[in-house]
Amino acid sequence: MRSLIFRTSSVFLLPALLVFSVVVLFRGHNEPGGGFVGGLLAASAFSLYALAYSVEEARRLLPLSLTTILGLGLAIALLSGAPAMLMGDAWFTGVWPQGLPAFGEVKFGTVTLFDIGVYLVVLAVTLIMILSLAEDAE
Amino acid sequence: MNSSVALPVLIPFATAIACLFVWNSTRLQRGITLLGTVGLLLSGLVLFQEVETYGVVSIQMSGWSAPYGITLVADRLGAIMVLLNGVVALTGVLYAFGSIDKGREKFGFYPLLSAMFGGVSGAFLTGDVFNLYVWFEVVLMSSFVLLALGGERPQLEGAIKYVTLNLLSSTLFLVGIGVLYGFAGTLNFADLAVKLAQTDRPELITVTAFIFLCAFGIKAAAFPFFFWLPASYHTPPPVVSGVFAGVLTKVGVYAIFRMFSLVYTQEMWLTHFIILWMGAITMLTGVLGAAVQTDIRRILAFHSISQIGYMLSGFGIAGVGISAAMAAGVEGQAERAAMLTAGAGMALAGAIFFVLHHSLVKMNLFFVAGAVKKLRNAEELEQVGGLYHARPFLGAMFLIPALSLAGIPILSGFWAKLALVRAGLEVGTYAVVAISLVVSILTLFSMTKIWANGFWAPPPDTPDGERGSDPGDEEDPPGYRLMLVPIVTLVVLMVAMSVLVGPAFRVVQKAADQLLADRVYIQQLWESSGKIERIDALLEERNYVTTVLGEEYLRALLMPIEEEAP
Repeated sequence: MRSLIFRTSSVFLLPALLVFSVVVLFRGHNEPGGGFVGGLLAASAFSLYALAYSVEEARRLLPLSLTTILGLGLAIALLSGAPAMLMGDAWFTGVWPQGLPAFGEVKFGTVTLFDIGVYLVVLAVTLIMILSLAEDAE
Repeated sequence: MNSSVALPVLIPFATAIACLFVWNSTRLQRGITLLGTVGLLLSGLVLFQEVETYGVVSIQMSGWSAPYGITLVADRLGAIMVLLNGVVALTGVLYAFGSIDKGREKFGFYPLLSAMFGGVSGAFLTGDVFNLYVWFEVVLMSSFVLLALGGERPQLEGAIKYVTLNLLSSTLFLVGIGVLYGFAGTLNFADLAVKLAQTDRPELITVTAFIFLCAFGIKAAAFPFFFWLPASYHTPPPVVSGVFAGVLTKVGVYAIFRMFSLVYTQEMWLTHFIILWMGAITMLTGVLGAAVQTDIRRILAFHSISQIGYMLSGFGIAGVGISAAMAAGVEGQAERAAMLTAGAGMALAGAIFFVLHHSLVKMNLFFVAGAVKKLRNAEELEQVGGLYHARPFLGAMFLIPALSLAGIPILSGFWAKLALVRAGLEVGTYAVVAISLVVSILTLFSMTKIWANGFWAPPPDTPDGERGSDPGDEEDPPGYRLMLVPIVTLVVLMVAMSVLVGPAFRVVQKAADQLLADRVYIQQLWESSGKIERIDALLEERNYVTTVLGEEYLRALLMPIEEEAP
């Protein structure tokens, strides 16, 4: 089943897919892409690794437990609405701070933050489903 | 901006999310959930207070104006329901602390509960039909997992029936939304109400009305769609049954109240007449179903159906009354029209009062059933017995809400039924009034059955004539005392509602009058179309329509001539 080619290539594919998923995430603001697709891509990267090695190995790669990632994603998405409220607008109104030193010309607002939250939620939920099914099979 | 409208939705979801971070510690999850439900109750109180001052409050999420954006809006009815949700949440969580087992706690019982309460708040506060659908789904998913959590065999069977029939309801709902959107081009309640009030094809709208009635009928467990309820309510832990009885079917009832008072008022002689009889048959079938059951929670589940029938028939009486009043007004019988309108107002207020009364009472009865289960490890009446002797206090805590459910005077159920009966007599729906009185007696019969077999009869293992064990002998099982706290709280609230029936009824009467006023207001709006001074005067008024849609939008809708002016 687990061929050497598959194992070796998955080690290289994992970082490439993860980088690509982040690119898709940020591209999503004005072009096709976004948090949902990005999250799916990232989840597929980890599931590929789980197929090549084992579910245990794949879980070890994740810095946090999947439940925590899920909570983190939901919290980021929910809190991305808070800045607008602090500024006196309705919850989830887009806030685009001007002249962030670190980002230069890049537009980075609460909407992007919401998308990052979606990315994490999709990543976590998909992985929870796939990994528990794979664990049963193992 | 009124953030107070968003808080009852945001707080439960924030609570559920916070629980995810402490997944491994049920102790912390308990603390967070308790904090969250107290927050939900407080936010409900704040919202209620605000609605009391302003009449209607709304917020446009993300700042996109209605009817394009997502609207959250609370009128008096919405605020009352959110407050009820808060009460149910807090008592439910307290009861869960005493009764829920470790296994369920570990697998996310508390975050699911919070998510469900958030969904229910959302359904009560949403300002458009599509988001109502979304909230229905949120509630359905979290309640489905709550129902199945634990994975006992009968539980899974109940959960499958529950989710299948409710998904059917969601599909119907979505079909209805599609047709309605194709017809009206909008899904915002207020916008729909204004646009559909002025149509030359009322029969087309009525077709969508019946699609929605079927969808909501399934949710509310009304005849002939109630099968999922008796199949599922007795299977999960008692706290889940109690909380479901407290708010879940009420979401369906609320959706009917909202859609059929604001949007579907074109052919009330037909739609509301059918709701009236749907309610009447629902109460009859529910109570007859209960009569043959011997399991405490099954009896209570059938009674839930029966009581939903009262709420729907109350709403039907209101609709039939209004349409009769309109007919009388056309014929020039002003006095009769005024009487019918007053009757309709009282029927609607009675129906809302009934919703509150039933939530408190039925939840309490389910909680008592849970306490009985904990004491005797059985729910079949034959196996219980002797509880009055062993636990006189628990007996009292059962007797008060049971009598209230049957409608014994001075308890809340009596006032709710009195309002409906009086309104029914004023409007002239004598047959339904007769049915509701018969059902009352049958309800008393069922409650007596539980009382006589479960509490009065000697325990099953002792021979006749011999008294059961002495009260002092039996030790309280763990968590039993904690379970009594929400039970007593609910009884106190119910008794308060019965004794202070005057002020309580004034609150629901205001909510009912507000609902009925919207229809009249929209008529006036269209009648004044083109007359600037009249419109200016009307738009000054603060109600559901003006608060959600805003003056500018309504002005553009009512004064299309302005563009042509040179």
